Amino acid sequence: MKVSAVITLKKDVLDPQGKVIHETLDGMGFNSVNEVRQGKYFEIDVKEKDPKKAKDLVEDMCKKLLANLVIENYKIVETQ
Amino acid sequence: MKSSVITFPGSNCDRDMDVALTKFGFKNKMIWHNDQELPKSDLIVLPGGFSYGDYLRCGSMASKSKIMHSVINFAKSGGLVMGICNGFQILVEAGLVPGVLLRNKYLQFICKNVHVKIDNKENTFFKNLDKKVLEFHIAHNEGNYFCTNDKLKEIEDNNQVAICYCDQNGETNDQINPNGSIKNIAGVFNKEKNVLGMMPHPERMIDESLSGEDGSIFFKNLLNNIK
Repeated sequence: MKVSAVITLKKDVLDPQGKVIHETLDGMGFNSVNEVRQGKYFEIDVKEKDPKKAKDLVEDMCKKLLANLVIENYKIVETQ
Repeated sequence: MKSSVITFPGSNCDRDMDVALTKFGFKNKMIWHNDQELPKSDLIVLPGGFSYGDYLRCGSMASKSKIMHSVINFAKSGGLVMGICNGFQILVEAGLVPGVLLRNKYLQFICKNVHVKIDNKENTFFKNLDKKVLEFHIAHNEGNYFCTNDKLKEIEDNNQVAICYCDQNGETNDQINPNGSIKNIAGVFNKEKNVLGMMPHPERMIDESLSGEDGSIFFKNLLNNIK
């Protein structure tokens, strides 16, 4: 079963890459952007058929490795 | 005095650290990250470099390697552990020192000499040091120290700030801050002060003709403090 997780920076954490992307978009004429925050996306194929168990497993991975909870939040976005 | 330097895949300051420790009288051993057991040591050093190519987050993979179980146990039982640069990043990822190291504020890799002010001398690393300001070298892309305001208050209340970026007279201000670190923080301790993480490299300042001597001062003093 495939589970996806999105890791994003917490609100108060400075994201200089997001800021530069925002400025570049602005320079390209995309002037309606309020803010850009860059994150990470993971697609994980787990040996687990039960969606609930698969989701729990990936959540555990997020807590222990994929995200640093001091600065990042994680969200399980889809299972299939 | 015995020391151990851990080599991770991608470490590149491990041999420099070996040279520095040996030069000032440590009997040093190099330990591979995949080993399980640490030899009897008075000091463990996590060196600089780019362990695991900085994949995911700097230091995140190395912090989960086999030897780190022993390093964490060693630190929890009061053993002296020092992480330099990538070693500092590994320490924060392992939860041995507070905070995190973000990408440098201006998105540039910084490689230059800096001055740092010793904030706290009541610990084995800096006790009895004559100088208040030392000149070290930094070379990093992710050295922007960050923690929440609550955490910052906690580490300041516990005197866990070890060193701060400053000018040669010891003045700290925004202009002298190379990477955007909160309060110019360049190094922090754990609560018990037996674990030190810092971005600057003292091992690059051990030869007067090549660099400077402030690293020599640091290592000589450290050895005396451990004896």
